[in-house]
Amino acid sequence: MTIIKSGEEIVMRINAFCVDSNSKSIGNDIYITHISVNDVIKFLKEDSELDFNFLTSITAVDYVEYIEIIYHLLSLHQNHRIILKTKCYEIYNPIVPSISDLWKGAELQEREIWDLMGVVFSGHPNMKRVLLWEGFDGHPLRRDYLS
Amino acid sequence: MSIRTEPVTINLGPQHPSTHGVFRLRVTFDGETVVDIDPVFGYMHRGTEKLAETRSYVQIVTLTDRLDWVSSMSNNLAYVRAVESLSNIEVPERAQFLRVITAELQRIASHLMATGFLVNDMGAFATPLMYCFRERERILDLFEILCGARITLSYMRPGGVFQDAPKEFWSVLDNLMKEIPGYIDELEGLVTTNEIVLARSKNVGVLTAEQAINGSLTGPMLRASSVNWDIRKSNPYEVYDKLKFDIPVGFNGDVFDRYIVRIQEMRQSLKIISQCIDMIPEGPIRTETPFNIRPPVGDTYSSVEAPKGELGFYLVSDQSIAPYRCKIRSPSFINLSLLREMLIGWKMADLIVILGSIDFVMGEVDR
Repeated sequence: MTIIKSGEEIVMRINAFCVDSNSKSIGNDIYITHISVNDVIKFLKEDSELDFNFLTSITAVDYVEYIEIIYHLLSLHQNHRIILKTKCYEIYNPIVPSISDLWKGAELQEREIWDLMGVVFSGHPNMKRVLLWEGFDGHPLRRDYLS
Repeated sequence: MSIRTEPVTINLGPQHPSTHGVFRLRVTFDGETVVDIDPVFGYMHRGTEKLAETRSYVQIVTLTDRLDWVSSMSNNLAYVRAVESLSNIEVPERAQFLRVITAELQRIASHLMATGFLVNDMGAFATPLMYCFRERERILDLFEILCGARITLSYMRPGGVFQDAPKEFWSVLDNLMKEIPGYIDELEGLVTTNEIVLARSKNVGVLTAEQAINGSLTGPMLRASSVNWDIRKSNPYEVYDKLKFDIPVGFNGDVFDRYIVRIQEMRQSLKIISQCIDMIPEGPIRTETPFNIRPPVGDTYSSVEAPKGELGFYLVSDQSIAPYRCKIRSPSFINLSLLREMLIGWKMADLIVILGSIDFVMGEVDR
């Protein structure tokens, strides 16, 4: 069975490594600040004990007051996974560091989030729309898209 | 005297038969060699994730059929499992077995189609494809007996399946189980040791294990690169933990390995189905659920091993009758992440074969 790692244990490790990540856990979800995303995920990937070497998916959800970016990380060797979340309160111009330098597989998924949710990933090599055409107005998965 | 050369950009698609749908690839060639690619997606974007926000949890099952229309059953399974984990619905054992049987039949159908189109792309036009379609047709007939539909099945529901298998289903399934191994042998006899196939597929489009993991590839693409990872084993869902089967793994990560992994997976699927036929208990096939499911506030991610890779649904509930957010982690889309690594440096004819070996369906790429 794939074990979901307990949030508290990971948070302790993250806080020891990266002080300004301000991480905390609610249940199994780990919350970090959006500016520290790249550093924290790099630590989780390279730490030999945690060993999260596989990026399952990146998602964004619009909660009106803030946009939440959700990372599902997996360890193929140790068969455990975590759910990493970050809240971005600047909903009109959300900027989150890209993790496409860590995983090539993040590139298309981050482009999709920019396309449908309007989150800019700084440091992404090719931040263009992917499913909709260039020049499309707005980001359809935003809650305020139709109004 | 030296001849001046210059790169030429060609549009492959959006309506090229080898792109399996409406996928456009702008390829820059230097002579016959690929030097740059620029994939263009979105010709079949229907906004499935947005549509899901305005439909009730049961209605979304019909949307999932139209994602990867070659394997609707696996899509149904992935989605209903996410709803069940969100609202803590238990599934009766008979329904779990029916789900595994149908999902594995669907895997065989999907892999047959993948193999047929791969050989088609290699230049064996239509004949091997029709061999594959003949067998796939038998499986679709079986689905027709089961639920009346052939492609857009909508067979599963949160809490179980739509209806129990009728009596004639089991006799037809038994016949099919006797005949499919022969079909696969026949197909393998035509393809596996064929000299042209070997020349076109061995050491073509190679991905190492590190590259495959780095690109978040899943399914036969990952396993062909010698990574032993299958969600049916690593995180068994439904009744997979009671069944005995192996995970076929490739060595080189080339086109041939992807083909051979799919062939071997079909044989393992047959093994799973025959065990299920022996083990399936009598009993109810569906837990009673309210007409409009209102899961508690929260979110969940649940994934299954679809024929093309890890198909996951991330659902967020706000206790209304429709999900607040429904994210689809589609294997076809993410398996295209490494196009550049696979294609650049190869000849034009190899490009078609490599695209065929990825086995993507545009309905799932564009959603």
